[in-house]
Amino acid sequence: MIELKDLTKNFDNKEVLRGLNLEVKEGETLVIIGRSGCGKSVTLKHIMGIMRPDAGEVLFEGKDIFNMRHSDLEKYRLKFGYVFQGAALFDSLTVHDNVGFSLIEHSDLSKEEINRRVTETLELVGLHGIENLMPAELSGGMKKRVGIARAICMKPEIVLYDEPTTGVDPIMADAVNEMINDLHSRLRVTSIVVTHDMVSAYKVADRIAMLYEGQIVGSGTPDEIKTTTNAVVHQFITGASKGPITDNHNSN
Amino acid sequence: MKFSFIKKYLGIFYWLSRLGNKVIGLVRETGSLTILFLQAIFTLITTPLRGRSTVRQMDKIGVESLSLTIMTALFTGMVLALQSAYQLKKFQALRFTADLVAMSMTRELGPVLTAMVVAGRVGASITAEIGTMKVTEQIDALESLATDPIRYLVVPRLVAAFFMLGILTVYADFVGMFGGYLIAVFKLGVSSDQYIWRAITVLKMKDVMTGLIKSLWFGAIISTVGCYFGFRTEGGAEGVGRATTLSVVTSLILIIAFDCLFTAIFYFAT
Repeated sequence: MIELKDLTKNFDNKEVLRGLNLEVKEGETLVIIGRSGCGKSVTLKHIMGIMRPDAGEVLFEGKDIFNMRHSDLEKYRLKFGYVFQGAALFDSLTVHDNVGFSLIEHSDLSKEEINRRVTETLELVGLHGIENLMPAELSGGMKKRVGIARAICMKPEIVLYDEPTTGVDPIMADAVNEMINDLHSRLRVTSIVVTHDMVSAYKVADRIAMLYEGQIVGSGTPDEIKTTTNAVVHQFITGASKGPITDNHNSN
Repeated sequence: MKFSFIKKYLGIFYWLSRLGNKVIGLVRETGSLTILFLQAIFTLITTPLRGRSTVRQMDKIGVESLSLTIMTALFTGMVLALQSAYQLKKFQALRFTADLVAMSMTRELGPVLTAMVVAGRVGASITAEIGTMKVTEQIDALESLATDPIRYLVVPRLVAAFFMLGILTVYADFVGMFGGYLIAVFKLGVSSDQYIWRAITVLKMKDVMTGLIKSLWFGAIISTVGCYFGFRTEGGAEGVGRATTLSVVTSLILIIAFDCLFTAIFYFAT
């Protein structure tokens, strides 16, 4: 469904992605794990077409999204829902306008229909009666849920989650994981989750891929990852302070 | 001896390379700013204007700047009258105070001071708002929701600032002349009728239009620069502060530079 081919990206002479290759199959939940700053969010932004690679391609159903016309790229983006790490809710808009943003901007639905869809989507993420609140009035967990509601309000085919459990307490983190699984089974969406939280990764993943030094160094089902012989992946999933990742980091 | 000779030349090369880097940086920034302006114009022409958002920006840029503009123009008009009188009374020509105040306010001080006030108040606010959106990924969120940030954020601010600067300048012109009137009539002994008659007769449509054209362009500069520095903000709260300062300084420099350019064009063309 989505294929990243030899993706390369540099920031100020720092190579973040070094010929990244990755395939996402329709209907699966792929979890990308890796250390902070290794390029996980950058990868998601490339898939969304928000960031352009220095080299390589992002193929969606065989077509390179960076060769699309602007209007086609906007249609492509409407197939996606993107849950940002810090929710990225629009400060100046109410919860209703945040969640219903895509519907207001890109659909011909009546005001009543939009209100109904917003309420329905908020209920899906366990929130109700907060439509008229501003983002500043919400707790961190509620912001995260509103962010998820905004991402799924247009009923996307693919949902991208950027660190969905970071910055929330363990109970809320588990609730978010349940929500991802629930949305996956109810809406039958393809999901790509970026995280360094292994509890979350094991709970939601059909497949886990590890990003290290700008490339995928190992991938497999959660059970395969748990029993991996790859030293880099093993150090990361066990959270050991000594191993190839830290040895390499210290020598650099 | 030989080494000090090499060191001297290396120092010159180092200095030249730094100068070159600065020039390249300046050209790149100017180019990026111009591209953003042209993209906004293209978007304005090719897509429908977001009416409600534009009206909200007109309120923020125009209505909320009105009191500050009026205060600045009033005191400027008063100071202008006093400073003119200081010279004119030597020639027994105090009645020409109205001419000087009217001409200076409409052609120069009205548009420039209004633009500077708005650059400080609105330009900074535009950069801070968009900069905060940038560092909190709200700009990325807009793009992910298939919404063009230029159409959503830049165009309404550009259109609002363009027209509001013109309207604020008209207010500033009148209030400045009124400030001059207060000094001329109540302090310098010029009769009320004479001040009003001279202020009206000395002004030609060309003078008013010259000031207005400048002010419209200043509006475009303030909004484009404000948005540009907002979009390139990086590095959290500190980055927002840095971008805001840069935005105001750049706007002020561009306002003065383009004022000089327009004045020269109008002077030589007419």
